[in-house]
Amino acid sequence: MPVYNEKVMEHFMNPRNVGEIENADGIGEVGNPVCGDMMSFYIKVDNNRISDVKYKTFGCGAAIAVSSMVSEMAKGKTLEEAKKITPALVAKELEGLPKNKYHCSNLGAQALNKAIDNYLKKQGKTAKSQKGGKK
Amino acid sequence: MGEVYLDHVATTPVLPEVLEAMLPYFKDAYGNVQSLHSWGDKAREAVEEARGKVADLIGGVAEEIIFTASGTESNNFAVKGLAMAHQARGKHIVVSAIEHFSVLHSAKTLEKWGFELSEVPVDKYGLVDPKDVARSLRKDTILVSIMHANSEVGTIEPIKEIARVVKQSGAIFHTDAVASAGSIPINVKGLGVDALSLAANQFYGPKGVGALWLKKGVRIIPFLDGGVQEEGRRAGTENVPAIAGLGKAAELAKAEMGARAKRFSALRDKLIAGLPSRIEHVLVTGHPTKRLPGNASFCVEFIEGEAMLMLLNSQGIAVSSGSACTSRALKASHVLIAMGIPHEIAQGSLLFSFGLDNTGEDVDYVLETMPPIVDRLRQMSPLYAKFLKDKSRGGK
Repeated sequence: MPVYNEKVMEHFMNPRNVGEIENADGIGEVGNPVCGDMMSFYIKVDNNRISDVKYKTFGCGAAIAVSSMVSEMAKGKTLEEAKKITPALVAKELEGLPKNKYHCSNLGAQALNKAIDNYLKKQGKTAKSQKGGKK
Repeated sequence: MGEVYLDHVATTPVLPEVLEAMLPYFKDAYGNVQSLHSWGDKAREAVEEARGKVADLIGGVAEEIIFTASGTESNNFAVKGLAMAHQARGKHIVVSAIEHFSVLHSAKTLEKWGFELSEVPVDKYGLVDPKDVARSLRKDTILVSIMHANSEVGTIEPIKEIARVVKQSGAIFHTDAVASAGSIPINVKGLGVDALSLAANQFYGPKGVGALWLKKGVRIIPFLDGGVQEEGRRAGTENVPAIAGLGKAAELAKAEMGARAKRFSALRDKLIAGLPSRIEHVLVTGHPTKRLPGNASFCVEFIEGEAMLMLLNSQGIAVSSGSACTSRALKASHVLIAMGIPHEIAQGSLLFSFGLDNTGEDVDYVLETMPPIVDRLRQMSPLYAKFLKDKSRGGK
């Protein structure tokens, strides 16, 4: 039995929206190489909506699939909607992640959140009380 | 797409001759070794024949071989059983930092039981310095366990020199030879060890069977209590087919060792020379010459091992990795970390291990398949982007 389900594998093999955005409106970085996963998310915001999202990911199959899924989920959403993307929702959209990958590799939502906070900060608005997910 | 199995360190297949040697003991000669009738006689004969062959493989005496259910059991048995049997003389034990978890975790368990543990470091090649072992020894040291070779990086340890040091102290010396037995020549007397672990599935025998060689006269506390099997040192009905398979595998390994090693090391050397020349920022891990014949291990910088492993698998190539993501514990290989390799580089660990079915064409296929995979993952790696920008190698 493979470790990852078909949906995770499909995103891992064909990750969407990989890359960086030059002059991104917001950048969010999470993770560290000790635990094995690092993600950098870049967003472009137009009229309070995420018009483009890209990322770079260092990590396992799950980390790459999660990044890809988060990028798809975030694209076109308003900032408020995008902030509601949680690791649990991402895992659900991917139809499940292996138990031991759930916490370590499921950092995409947190990275996106940080990118949004970074954008809001640049706009001079406070990032409210949103903490950007769990540590 | 090819089908290239390069994960013999995980397990070798069972050779047809080995399977043949096992089959009678499932079907016709299915007796219990302990039975006094002729069914028992046949089983007993098989087990004793295998015992002789395993002893032959490592230069020991048949009665010094105790069959177990795995290399892990042999290591647990040796470390805990020897420490428990000799604790009246002291409670200090010594292991190296790169032992297999079956040794390392056994030692940690002993620590919880009131023993004291010292860990000997290794150098950047994964080599233990006998002088460091000497420094770690105390009056109350009763047991030293240092592996013969490390499966993850292939480094072969100077066991003979270490044994000399340990012997002077009067401590017992166990070596985990699971990675090396059947692959390189071993003579327990020449090495000067008191106990040695091995496992069949590392040299074309079946899974679920191993052995502990224990020098005559060395006391050990049995792990499994029950019947009188294995001279009362390991109770439980003998796994006769598996033991027969281990015996056959040991016989073949001894007969073919030189030829196998020559083939494997040619493949290994081709890959070790080829990969870093095709891909930038690849380091070879382990010792350049004191190395298992079939082991080619690397760290590919800026990317992670599991992702590489999966993309290689999608191309029909089976390998293993010591990255955090590939371990259930989500920690990078303690072996690579002990060798001083930084975490972010250890995450890019990849281990190719060669076997009898492999050819030079397999190496060519790997050399052809790897560069685009590495390139693809580097293109999406924030660490690589950072490196290209400011040549920095660390994390964030």
